Amino acid sequence: MTTDQTTNEAAEQAPEPAAPAAAPAVDPRLLVREAGFAGYIAEFKRKMKSGDLGSVPVVLGLILIGAIFQGITGDFLNADNLTNITKWVAGPGLIAVGIVFVLLLGEIDLSLGSIAGVSAAIAAVLSVRSGLNEWLACLIAIAAAVAIGALHGFFFAKIGVPAFVVTLAGLLAWSGLQMYVLGDKGTVNVLNDGVLANLDTYFLGDGDVAFTWGFAILGIALFGAGQFLDAKRRGDAGLPARPMSEIALRTGVLAVIGLVAAYMLNQDRGLPLPLVIFLSIVVITDFVLRRTSYGRQIFAVGGSVEAARRAGINVAWVRISVFMISAGMAALGGLFIASQQGSADKLLGSGNVLMNSIAAAVIGGTSLFGGRGKTWSALLGILVIQSIITGLDLVHVNQAIQYMITGAVLLGAVVLDSVSRRTQKSSGRG
Amino acid sequence: MPKSGGWHGTKEMVHVTGAPVLALRGVSKRFGAVQALTDVHLEVHAGEVVALVGDNGAGKSTLVKTIAGVHPIDEGAIEWEGSKVAINRPHDAQALGVATVYQDLALCDNLDVVGNLFLGRELRRFGALDEVAMEKRAKELLDTLSIRIPSVRIPIAALSGGQRQVVAIARALVGDPKIVILDEPTAALGVEQTAQVLDLVERLRDRGLGVILISHNMADVKAVADTVAVLRLGRNNGVFEVAGTSHEEIISAITGATENAVTRRQARLAEEAK
Repeated sequence: MTTDQTTNEAAEQAPEPAAPAAAPAVDPRLLVREAGFAGYIAEFKRKMKSGDLGSVPVVLGLILIGAIFQGITGDFLNADNLTNITKWVAGPGLIAVGIVFVLLLGEIDLSLGSIAGVSAAIAAVLSVRSGLNEWLACLIAIAAAVAIGALHGFFFAKIGVPAFVVTLAGLLAWSGLQMYVLGDKGTVNVLNDGVLANLDTYFLGDGDVAFTWGFAILGIALFGAGQFLDAKRRGDAGLPARPMSEIALRTGVLAVIGLVAAYMLNQDRGLPLPLVIFLSIVVITDFVLRRTSYGRQIFAVGGSVEAARRAGINVAWVRISVFMISAGMAALGGLFIASQQGSADKLLGSGNVLMNSIAAAVIGGTSLFGGRGKTWSALLGILVIQSIITGLDLVHVNQAIQYMITGAVLLGAVVLDSVSRRTQKSSGRG
Repeated sequence: MPKSGGWHGTKEMVHVTGAPVLALRGVSKRFGAVQALTDVHLEVHAGEVVALVGDNGAGKSTLVKTIAGVHPIDEGAIEWEGSKVAINRPHDAQALGVATVYQDLALCDNLDVVGNLFLGRELRRFGALDEVAMEKRAKELLDTLSIRIPSVRIPIAALSGGQRQVVAIARALVGDPKIVILDEPTAALGVEQTAQVLDLVERLRDRGLGVILISHNMADVKAVADTVAVLRLGRNNGVFEVAGTSHEEIISAITGATENAVTRRQARLAEEAK
């Protein structure tokens, strides 16, 4: 915020009425949300106008995509196809979660595709060629990725090389390492029915419907209880709290989505392991970002480095650790991709894997400009991307057209981000 | 350049109560070939507003930064509540109870008021952020200071310049400091907002805090300060009690137009005492 802007804003301020001795803490200019449901709708409209679109465009987009492909193919919304989509999103989705962390700092990590590739290669080579325990091999692969992330973070935070350049160098270097690890043959098939293979193919309880229903109901119950307890605690402390009607509505919407999803999954093979792991990681990382001091530090560094430093935050450590987290997520994503294609090869993580993940984070609503976003956007965004890819595959559109369409969707999302950022600025929210 | 004896003489007439919370004794600071501060003395008592004035380059910011721990001092001593202390890092100053509000405020636009107030010292409950407790304390703090903010849950970006300034000051108070340093708190503000900030400075004094106020605005200084310490070319150029000092005397001490401002004043006081 420059001095100029501050002066302007100060000048534009309407003079406030003189405060009585015991001034109430509420400013008369504040738009206070009316109690109850009507107030909720009114606030929602106001947010829309001020560019605070939230998840609405993405959800509408998903519905639109589903409707279009269902209309064309007639079997897009089949249980089988939807189950496949939930399995396929795990790999790129986990990479997108890593991207969200980096984007929150206002930086970019271009190496995550290569890191996914090299991790998958390490895990596959150690377990198949060296005969190491598969769990251990996966852990070593993830640890190696975290070390790579720490190296990137070090060059960025301590040496001051732009993250763009460090990770661009990493993009080349680590895909080189990936080829080196894989050796002359270039492809390592994962063990039949091993840990790596099961990441993608396992269904909880071998397709027992109880697991799917249980998982959905557990999620809905935890969400509702969390919302209720939070509102109760705020109410007890005399703070404004969400009205019960809104909590009921939110929980109800989630319940419908969760139960329909559970029903669809049960029509097919049951609850896929990749979906459970992906959702769990999204929930955990969301908690870390929004409810812990560490998460608050990431937002602070993304908002204003100087303010964060003055508040005593170790900016260098926050940056390095974020690159470690993103690399770790990419490694996990790489393992899922290897599991899904049944092998680790030279091409794993190359091509448009990285671009799709970045696109997913941005489409889901995480800002490219830092300080704004959540890991749920990785889930929503990757669902959009994967739905488009799967749908285009179903109607046999060739890859050239697929690339162009995915590119257009990414551009559209970034335009939306930039426009909403500008609208938010002009309405004093940016 | 007044001798330190004369300086202390003036000071004791202003404040006879208790030892100062913070005292700089003969502080010097060099940057390469530049002697930024030379033998500077400064005392701040509890419940006292000390205005630090001087022309650009007089060493105000450097002096404040030595207290805030940004620049360690080269010579001299810093005393805190009567005992000598070393302030080498910003953390040392914060641990003693010095809070600094810099001119550029350094707030995170994307975080809300509560997030900014508690940034770096979040309240936790079972390891997670305790938003309820933080919001409650934020409201209490803002209420006791009669700070009016539309909501403690809106991002800083939505606040006006004056509101940001009071949030920045309130943030300095979260750690229960004993000394608050305000660097040009009214520089970018309109009339109404300036008055609000000055009100806030008075409330800080009433709560028993020592305030060091850097300002170029003589009207502000006259309005809230108890004592004016003038710096000129990195040296003390007089400490005045605001109540008995004219605008012109301070200005001449700042500009150096009359090098003997202090002696003149002392002569007058001596005359009055007779």
